[in-house]
Amino acid sequence: MNLTIDVTNKENLAYLSLSGEVDAFTAPKLKEALLPLTKEEGQTVEVDLQDVNYMDSTGLGVFISALKSTKEHNSEMRLVHLQERVYRLFKITGLTEIITIDSAVRGEK
Amino acid sequence: MSTLKLELENYKELLQEYIRTKDEQALYQAEQFSKQSMQHNISPEEIINVHIQSLEEIYPDMPDYIQASMSFLLETMISYGLAYQEYQSLRERQLELKSEISVAANMQKTLLSTVKPELDELDIGALSVPAKQMNGDYHHFVYDGDGALGIAVADVIGKGVPAALCMSMIKYSMDSFPEMRMDPSVILGSLNRVVERNVDSSMFITMFYGMYDTKDHTFSFSSAGHEPGFYYHKDKDEFEEIDVPGLVLGVSAETTYKQKQLKVEQGDMVILLTDGVTECRQGDRFIEQEEILHVIKSYAHLPSQEIVEQVYKHFERLQDFQLRDDFTLIILRRNV
Repeated sequence: MNLTIDVTNKENLAYLSLSGEVDAFTAPKLKEALLPLTKEEGQTVEVDLQDVNYMDSTGLGVFISALKSTKEHNSEMRLVHLQERVYRLFKITGLTEIITIDSAVRGEK
Repeated sequence: MSTLKLELENYKELLQEYIRTKDEQALYQAEQFSKQSMQHNISPEEIINVHIQSLEEIYPDMPDYIQASMSFLLETMISYGLAYQEYQSLRERQLELKSEISVAANMQKTLLSTVKPELDELDIGALSVPAKQMNGDYHHFVYDGDGALGIAVADVIGKGVPAALCMSMIKYSMDSFPEMRMDPSVILGSLNRVVERNVDSSMFITMFYGMYDTKDHTFSFSSAGHEPGFYYHKDKDEFEEIDVPGLVLGVSAETTYKQKQLKVEQGDMVILLTDGVTECRQGDRFIEQEEILHVIKSYAHLPSQEIVEQVYKHFERLQDFQLRDDFTLIILRRNV
């Protein structure tokens, strides 16, 4: 499986739309796209996970480094439209407590 | 250089044969020749040299310009020869690394090995199967000799060698804890600080830590973002999820961990696992939690060690089964 990443930039908002699977093979690609965006001060990075049907712990690792980077660089990150299985992963690992996740618009697929 | 001489004769004959007959057979032999040459580490420019010498012998009156063009070609091939040499040495290096990794994997096995204690009060089963050469899962039993059994189940995120090294770090921190009984929440709290200080930002560890008291049959536990375990009620023949919220180790130094306690009745089981169990796949399909519990239930009459082995065998037997992650399953059942 593959991961497609679309990035749209609008003023201080970077919008990443992901589609596919985030696992050990695709995580480096996500890291490469996501991390530099979190290094811009004042930037909000929104990651849309609506079309991500599978994520493993390596994917979580990328979001954890991104979160740490937002704190270092005074930027923000939020995740939107998580599918049930992916949301469960963030929930179990306790990350829903420290990462902004817009669960009101969680994707049901 | 006698073998090369021999090859030169051989090449000359092949070339002559081909020029005369334009036969496919000679082309096929040329292919064989190049394969053999590769086996003997002969570089591309050496082959061209052989070609030039053969031409000179077959056509002593070869025009100057052809001879010159051949020398020209020889020069242009030299870089390819160097690249080829580099490839050879990388291949050797890769073989060396492969054997080093297998030595490391064996060392890891020895370093992280844990002894499943034999207790009258508890029937314990434990199985851990790595998806790759080095296991990112870890489980550890500590019995204090006075009724308290500590059980740690952990999964290091970030696979392969770095994960394995990280696991060794955890093991040594746990070994350095004082002998006295410690609450699971305290243990996770200290491990969190160790991991947070020492680990790369994208690496983290999930851990479930339980303490079984064989005197009063209570099970206290805390979780650092680990896959929830299960409690099996024998009388109702039902499972109940056991979970306590908590952040994974290594993300935030200030995190504290909650702790819960269960009373374990005779014949009941505590089931601990890693997400390799719940992330098993059959083709494109995920194996659902209910299915795993159903399989455990169907073997519930067996001793714990046989249950964990049968459960793994059950999934291994499925068609297109793939183990994407390390698989660890532990069962504790109260005997008396």
